[in-house]
Amino acid sequence: MKKIYFDNNATTPIDPEVFDAMMPYLKEEWGNPSSIHWAGRGARKAVEEGREAVCKLLNCTGLELIFTSSGSEGDNHAIKGIAYAKKDKGNHIITTKVEHPAVLNTCKALAKDGFETTYLDVDGDGLLNLDQLKSAITPKTILITVMYANNETGVVFPIKEIGEIAKGRGITFHTDAVQAAGKIPLDVQKLGVDLLTISGHKLYAPKGIAALFVKRGVRLVPLIHGGHHERNRRGGTENVAGIAAIGKAAAIAMRDMDKEAAHLASLRARLEKGLAERVPHIKINGHPEKRLPNTANVSFEFVEGESLLLNLDMKGVAASSGSACTSGSLEPSHVLLAMGLTHEMSHGSVRFSLGKMNTAEDIDYLLEIMPPIVERMRGMSPLYAGAK
Amino acid sequence: MYSEKVMDHFSNPRNVGEVDGPSGTGMVGNPACGDIMKLTIKVENDKITDVKFKTFGCGAAIATSSMVTELVKGKGLDEAEKISNNTVAEALDGLPPVKMHCSNLAADALHAAIEDYKKKNAAK
Ligand SMILES: Cc1ncc(COP(=O)(O)O)c(C=O)c1O
Ligand code: FES
Repeated sequence: MKKIYFDNNATTPIDPEVFDAMMPYLKEEWGNPSSIHWAGRGARKAVEEGREAVCKLLNCTGLELIFTSSGSEGDNHAIKGIAYAKKDKGNHIITTKVEHPAVLNTCKALAKDGFETTYLDVDGDGLLNLDQLKSAITPKTILITVMYANNETGVVFPIKEIGEIAKGRGITFHTDAVQAAGKIPLDVQKLGVDLLTISGHKLYAPKGIAALFVKRGVRLVPLIHGGHHERNRRGGTENVAGIAAIGKAAAIAMRDMDKEAAHLASLRARLEKGLAERVPHIKINGHPEKRLPNTANVSFEFVEGESLLLNLDMKGVAASSGSACTSGSLEPSHVLLAMGLTHEMSHGSVRFSLGKMNTAEDIDYLLEIMPPIVERMRGMSPLYAGAK
Repeated sequence: MYSEKVMDHFSNPRNVGEVDGPSGTGMVGNPACGDIMKLTIKVENDKITDVKFKTFGCGAAIATSSMVTELVKGKGLDEAEKISNNTVAEALDGLPPVKMHCSNLAADALHAAIEDYKKKNAAK
């Protein structure tokens, strides 16, 4: 059976170049990077080289980067770290309704310590209204955390503009750039952010390695207390192989980003155009231009997303509905509901997130199998009868 | 994550559609997730002689819908009334815990259809 992977926003396969770069640190160079002896020296070198490569992608210095275990940890570290460091200045956080649970649930958890969060709305295209952001700011606002690109729809937020607003008011600004990394430019100087989260496993590196940029001078309470690792900001012996991997992945992203973005955009256009021509009653969610090049979020009216995914899986196609983390929950996507989609349309959404391994043939295969699947499922739907 | 039986009923659902001139119709929404099922039955001499379903829902919802039609076809009304969501889930070799609520849809639609039939019959 064919095996086609359209779920790259959930996780990416490991790039063979990345795999080769990390292997020596699982085999020969297994030392502890903190050791002064021969066994640790190679490992230390790998950590510093990995750091340098990630810093190049973000355009920051080595002192400004903390390696973490996951994007979720980076988001937690940034939000809790700033909240607790600035709690004497205020207790108000601003975020959006469409963030990843790693942000939403962190803000929720802070409520028990007296922090209050404003959740900004999005419009039908998934875009923010910056006037609403401005008017949400109070003298107690200490942190704005807004994602760079949405994991479900790919919608990209105006981080530079938000950074300017935050800066003008002396508010710390964090962006979750987990989905943006490798797909659109991530220059922290140009973006004007104080903190930025990325994650290796969305960037063709393995799971278990990620990074948080913390601008020089930004004080952060540690999330993991421990030894002197990462300049006392994150305890734990470094994930050397992971760091070598994310370093390589960052270097590849730097090298190939323009080419890959064009490749993904052309495949996505082929997919969306092809579906629109072949399947009636569909809606493509998210602003048509202000989007990552790889993400297509499509609502198939009158049918439910999971049943489409099962059908696709039976034909070897991996996709998802909503985000992988919310599947298993009963609620339709909080992102699509925030965009004003009806319950049925949110429930009937499928996310195709493309990656660099995908080809035009993959798209054509999907275009061939999708219409009969949708037709079959609609034939079973009590909502469809009157709609033809 | 689903049992083979669930996948079998999902890929080859039995009794899809609507019964001609139904004796009873049950259309219910699942309060937990908002999914919807419509079940139509034909009743003759207190027996369910035909039954069909249409479902807007997840894989488990479709499989339980299909299974419930198999379970009640040819059964007497009093027997059919005893079918619960657990009966349907068990007949499918179980459902994942987060999907147990899906089986309510099928049982609720069945009971609504029987109720509808009884109401219509009493009015005659
Ligand atoms: C936007 C966004 N933020 C954070 C995360 C969490 O990253 P990780 O899986 O590395 O914890 C994800 C992953 O799904 C994501 O898409
Ligand atoms: S999730 Fe709604 S019936 Fe299964």
